[in-house]
Amino acid sequence: MAGFNKVVHSYEEALAGLKDDMTIMVGGFGLCGIPEGLINHMVTMDVKGLTAISNNAGVDNFGLGLLLKQHQISTMIASYVGENATFEQQMLSGELNVILTPQGTLAEKIRAGGAGIPAFFTATGYGTPIADGKETREIKGRHYVLEESLTADFALIRAWKADTMGNLVFRKTAANFNPMMATAGKITVVEAEEIVAPGELDPDHIHTPGIYVDRVIKASFEKRIEQRTVKAAK
Amino acid sequence: MALTREQLAQRVAKELQDGFYVNLGIGIPTLVANYIPHGIQVMLQSENGLLGMGEFPTEDNIDADLINAGKQTVTAVAGASFFSSAESFAMIRGGHVDLTVLGAFEVDVNGSIASWMIPGKLIKGMGGAMDLVAGADNIIVTMMHADKYGNSKLLSTCELPLTGYGCIKRVMTDLAFIEIKDGAFHLLERAPGVTVDEIVAKTAGKLVVPDHVPEMTF
Repeated sequence: MAGFNKVVHSYEEALAGLKDDMTIMVGGFGLCGIPEGLINHMVTMDVKGLTAISNNAGVDNFGLGLLLKQHQISTMIASYVGENATFEQQMLSGELNVILTPQGTLAEKIRAGGAGIPAFFTATGYGTPIADGKETREIKGRHYVLEESLTADFALIRAWKADTMGNLVFRKTAANFNPMMATAGKITVVEAEEIVAPGELDPDHIHTPGIYVDRVIKASFEKRIEQRTVKAAK
Repeated sequence: MALTREQLAQRVAKELQDGFYVNLGIGIPTLVANYIPHGIQVMLQSENGLLGMGEFPTEDNIDADLINAGKQTVTAVAGASFFSSAESFAMIRGGHVDLTVLGAFEVDVNGSIASWMIPGKLIKGMGGAMDLVAGADNIIVTMMHADKYGNSKLLSTCELPLTGYGCIKRVMTDLAFIEIKDGAFHLLERAPGVTVDEIVAKTAGKLVVPDHVPEMTF
C-alpha cells in the first residue's frame, strides 16, 4: 500500500537520500527523546560534513557523540554542549564549527522554519555576544534581536506512538524539540516505539499531524539515563 | 557566618508566594524546592517541557522519558503538563513564569549578568539562561559574593560575556540580599553574623548601605 502509508522497514530506507554536507535536525534534550536507531545507522553510513541542529551533542559514547567521534559533523548548532569531551576537543581545535544558540531561540527558530516564517525579533540575547552582527530594533521601548529561522534536509524524530499515516504522539519530556523539528525537515523521519493503524490514535490527542511526516520506522530504544537520581523508597 | 548553599536556598524560598509558577535553575536554585514554605502551593516549570515537576522518583517508578533541565530523573505532580520546547519558551519569553531563580558568575550595577562562558576556560553553552533572564520580570540570582581569593563578583561592569543586559533586580549571595536599582547595589539584608564592613569590602560595584541593615531570618 502506498498512498498515505509512510511506514518503512529498514534504516536504509528511512535514511535514503542523506548525503554529505546536508543539514540534519535531531530531536532530544540530553539523551531524552533522541532517535537512537537513526543516529546509530548514520554512524555506519559514509556520510560526512553534516550540519547538525540539536539542543545538545549527546555524550561521548551515545547519541550525537557517536557521529562526532567519527568526524561526520562539521557544524553543530546547539544550546548546551557541556557533557561531551569529544565535542570540546573538536571545538577547541577548530575542526568543529559551533554555533551556540539560546535554547528558546533555537526552539523558536525551528518552529518558525517549519511554519514558513523567515525570521523573528526576540529580546533574548540583546546586548550579549550572540547578538553581534545581527539586526536589532527597538519596539515599544524594548530592544530586540532579529533571529533567522532554521530548516533542514532531514529531521530525525523520536515519537512514542505513530500511526501508519505519520500522526504522532510524544511521551512526557521526551517530546522536547521533536514536535517543532518534525515540521522543519524537507524529509522528516520518525522512529516510534509503537506503530498503530489509522483511527487508533484519538484525533484530539495527536501532537504532530501526519502532513509533516514522510517516513516512519518502528524501533526499540535503550533510553539511556544521563543523571539517574532517586530518593530512598519509604 | 556566610550562608551555606542550603541556607541560601532556604532564604530564597521565603520569596515564594502561593500560586506562583517558578523556574529553578541548576545548582543552588534547585535546592529551593526543598524549602517551599508550608501552606503554599507552587508549580515548578522545567524548560525541557514540564510544568508541575515533582520530587525524584524511587527505583520503582524511575522513567527515562521524564527528566528535568539538569537531565535528572524526576516525577510529575498531580495537575502537571508536558509540552514542546517551543511551548516551554513561550511561557518563559512571554513572561508567564512568576519567579525565576538562577546562578551567575558575575552581576553588575546595571543589572547585567554573566553566567555562560569564561573565555579560554569554559564553554558549555547558555542553555535556557538567556531566554530566562530576557523573559522574566521577577528574577533572583543566587551566587557567591566573592571568589575564593576574595575578589568580588558584584561589579561595576561585568567582565565576562553577558547572558543578559540590564535585566537583574535582586541578588541573593552567601553574604547579603541585594537589590539593583538606579545604577547601584542596595543592601537589603545581611547574613547572620556577617558585618556590613565585610559586605562593603567584597562589593566592587557601587553599594548603597542604609542606616539599618537587618539580619536575614529563615
